[in-house]
Amino acid sequence: MEAIARIAAAAAADPAEAKNTAAAASAGYAYGLAAIGPGIGIGYLVGKAVESMARQPEAAGMVRTTMFLGIAFTEALALIGFVVFILLKFA
Amino acid sequence: MIALEFPPINEILRWKDLVPGFNKISIIAILAAVIAIGLFLAATRQDHNSAPKGSRNLAEAIVEFIENGVVMQTMGRDGLGWTPFLLSLFLFIYLCNVPGIIPFFQMPATARMAIPMFLALLVWVVYNGTGIKHQGFFGYFKSTLFPPGVPKALYILVTPIEFISAIIVRPFSLAVRLFANMLAGHILLVTFALLSEALFQAKDKVLIPVGILPFFMLIFLTSFEVLVAFLQAYIFTILTAVYIGGAAHPEH
Repeated sequence: MEAIARIAAAAAADPAEAKNTAAAASAGYAYGLAAIGPGIGIGYLVGKAVESMARQPEAAGMVRTTMFLGIAFTEALALIGFVVFILLKFA
Repeated sequence: MIALEFPPINEILRWKDLVPGFNKISIIAILAAVIAIGLFLAATRQDHNSAPKGSRNLAEAIVEFIENGVVMQTMGRDGLGWTPFLLSLFLFIYLCNVPGIIPFFQMPATARMAIPMFLALLVWVVYNGTGIKHQGFFGYFKSTLFPPGVPKALYILVTPIEFISAIIVRPFSLAVRLFANMLAGHILLVTFALLSEALFQAKDKVLIPVGILPFFMLIFLTSFEVLVAFLQAYIFTILTAVYIGGAAHPEH
C-alpha cells in the first residue's frame, strides 16, 4: 500500500520518475511472487525424491535423473519471473 | 552510510568490441569449442592398446558420464548413437558457463541470450527432425498432438496444449533456463563484489570489518557457481536427450 501511495505521489510530480518507481516496485513483486510456487514445488519434489532414494537405494540413479528433470521444469517458472524482473527493472 | 551505485545492466553484460563484431563473449565461445575439440583430438592421438593416461583419461571419463548419466537413463541402449551430439552439446555449454568464475574472464558466455537461443533452436530442429524421420511427418504430429488413450472429446483441449508445450514452450524454456540461471549467477556475483568493495572502502571506519560478511558470501557464491555451471550443462543435455528419445519412440 505504501508503495502505491508513493507511486501516486511521484506521478503527480514527475511522470518519467513515476514510471521508474513503478517499474522498480513491480519488479520486486514479480520476482518475489514468482519464487513462491517453484520454491514450494522444488522442496516437495526433492523431499519425495530423497524419501524414495532412502527406501530403495538401488533405484537412486533413476530417481536422481527424474528429480533433475522435475527440478528443471519447476525452476523454469521462477526463472521466467527473474527474466520479467530484469525486463521491468532495466529494459 | 555508504553510497552503493549499482551499474546499469549493460555495463555488466555488454563488452566492448575488440574488433568490430568480436568481443569477450565471442572469445569465450570460440575458446570453448577449441578446448573441447583439442581435448578429444589429443585423446584420440594416444596408442589405443596401452593404458589410457592424461587427456585420454579425462575424455573417457566425460564420454562415460554422458553414456551412463544421460543416454542410458533417458533413451536406453538404442540412444547410444546420440552420444557424440549430446557430448559436444554438454562440453560446449559447460565450457561456456565456467568462465563466469575464472578470473579475467568473469563472464559466462551463456549469460547472453544469443548462445542459449541458438542451441535451443538447434535442439528444436534436431528433435522435430528425429520425430519426422522415425514416424513420418503425419505420424509424428499425430502422436505428439493427439496422444493416444485420451477420450475423443478432450482433444479440443489436449491438442492446443500439446502443441504449445511441445513445439513452442520447449525451446523457449530450454533457452531461458540456461540464460537466466547464468545471468542470475553473474548478477549475484557482481552484487556481492560491489557490496564488499563499497564496505571495504567506506569512509566510516566502523563499516570496514563488516565488509568481511559479503566477501565470504562472494566466496561461497563463487563455489556455488561451479556447481551451477555443471548442473545447467547437465540439465540442458538431459532435457535434449528426453526430447529426442520422446520423438523417436513416442510410446515411452
